[in-house]
Amino acid sequence: MRLSVNGRPHELPEGTALTGLLETVAPDPRGVAVALNGSVVRAAEWPATPLREGDLVEVVTAHQGG
Amino acid sequence: MLEVAGVQLAPLWLGTGGLTSLETVRRVIEAARPGLVTVSVRRTSDTGTGSLLATLRDLGVRVLPNTAGCLGAQEAVLTAELAREALGTDWVKLEVIGDEVSLLPDVVELVEAAETLVARGFTVLPYTTGDPVVARRLVDVGCAAVMPLGSPIGSGRGIADPHTIEAVRAAVDVPVVLDAGIGTASEAAHAMELGCDAVLVATAVTRAEEPVAMARAMSLAVESGQLARRAGRIPRRETARASSPMRGRVGR
Repeated sequence: MRLSVNGRPHELPEGTALTGLLETVAPDPRGVAVALNGSVVRAAEWPATPLREGDLVEVVTAHQGG
Repeated sequence: MLEVAGVQLAPLWLGTGGLTSLETVRRVIEAARPGLVTVSVRRTSDTGTGSLLATLRDLGVRVLPNTAGCLGAQEAVLTAELAREALGTDWVKLEVIGDEVSLLPDVVELVEAAETLVARGFTVLPYTTGDPVVARRLVDVGCAAVMPLGSPIGSGRGIADPHTIEAVRAAVDVPVVLDAGIGTASEAAHAMELGCDAVLVATAVTRAEEPVAMARAMSLAVESGQLARRAGRIPRRETARASSPMRGRVGR
């Protein structure tokens, strides 16, 4: 299935959960937050959150800023 | 001591954007001893290597995530929600800009976003214009402080119109934090002399030729300005007033 991760196309096997994606996108999950289709998904819910074709995923962390 | 939402804070707040290494971040923070350090929230794919958060936690500083660059209330609210989840703090420096050229606040969207975030349990510190009416609106919806700009972000033009800052100070009873426009230490002192409770500097330090030295200068300036405010400046006069006695001058 194809979905968008941080604005870029991303290919994943059917049935992958959010944790499966994060293992590659954010290997160290400390300080990381995720939004799925515009809503925050709390870390405790990542394993039980399935991803679907066309999903928009944002994975963010703290960056230097003013 | 400055108190925001029941938390005591040092009066210099620091942004870290523009520093070239985490080692410089560490040295600048040690020199500034800031009450808060702001961070932005960005896609992991666009952030560099090395953990900024680990460095900040190691230093024991309080982190204030911002919603920098957000162009509308909805985007700012989502960014704040992500920041809360990522950083484990419900404090947010709320920034909703009207366009990417001026980087001036969109105050209509700002008040809307502030109201939403306060209702969701956030401690909201909004970056706003030097407008007492808007400041009052922000306090009315529950903001814990207001952060008026001295001049546009990164411009280094100092406090373009001191009266706007004094007007905001007079309009609200929450802490007032000068945010944006500071170019050098005397301008940070000026903000405190005008009655601000804290000053947030980023570019002035991070893009100074010597960021660590400028961080120290800012810290001293903020303390100096605070002391001067408490000491009370003399009124401005139209004419001169001699400080030495006029009587007893030689040859008179």
